Amino acid sequence: MSERDTQGNVARDDAMQPAVDVIEDAAGITLTADLPGVPKEGLSLHIEADQLTIEGEIRLTAPEGMQLTHRELSASRFRRVFTLSKELDAERVSAALENGVLRLRIPRVQQAQPRRIRIDVS
Amino acid sequence: MVWNAFSRDLMTELQRLQHEFGHPLEQSASIRGGGRSRFPALNVGGTPESVEIYAFAPGLDPSSIELTLDRGVLSLSGERVSDLPAEDARTAVHIGERFAGRFRRVVNLPDDADPDSVSATYRDGVLHIRVTRRAASQPRRINVQ
Repeated sequence: MSERDTQGNVARDDAMQPAVDVIEDAAGITLTADLPGVPKEGLSLHIEADQLTIEGEIRLTAPEGMQLTHRELSASRFRRVFTLSKELDAERVSAALENGVLRLRIPRVQQAQPRRIRIDVS
Repeated sequence: MVWNAFSRDLMTELQRLQHEFGHPLEQSASIRGGGRSRFPALNVGGTPESVEIYAFAPGLDPSSIELTLDRGVLSLSGERVSDLPAEDARTAVHIGERFAGRFRRVVNLPDDADPDSVSATYRDGVLHIRVTRRAASQPRRINVQ
């Protein structure tokens, strides 16, 4: 899995890239993304061909007429695109969102799981 | 980066900080800094009735967040445990950007903030703290007889 270069991307806007962890084990990949302020209804996961797109809209409750005086998180959306490699099974991706943390599990396709190759020594 | 308490020229120091973070001056003018890389990121807003603080702190157990208010300084601390496994022959960490470890951030509240009227809620990984301003300092309409 590699990250797509967003330079010059047509869809580029003021969305922020969420911080992620990507861990690979023998059975697949676990992707964890920080999406604070994104409720389940604001999350969009999209897989097309080998592109995985994570998008999240931040929804905060604010009193009427509030003015921000200090801002470290400036955008209202998160967006990040990853390119999946073909040994990953895009059909069987599972996702869970809890407390602003998204966990995606992307298993390897069955036949791509590592096999031990016996080496015969004659 | 260590704050040099003996700096003779505050503006020079601020400009150095600004340069280091690549930030406009108004974002790093606080003596307690506040770079983008800090966890949790904070947004602060206000209305005539209240001060609203949003701490973007995903993946925490809300009961483990420690929030204190002392002489107009609100401090927020806690710990986020790392999810990363120990790397071995079978697992590989390809990207490890998420913050892990102890954190502490402080916010100076304005003088009219009422320390007895603070509420905090944690939802979708955002801690929203509301501090009400004292009634005496809220704008009032004065009727002209």
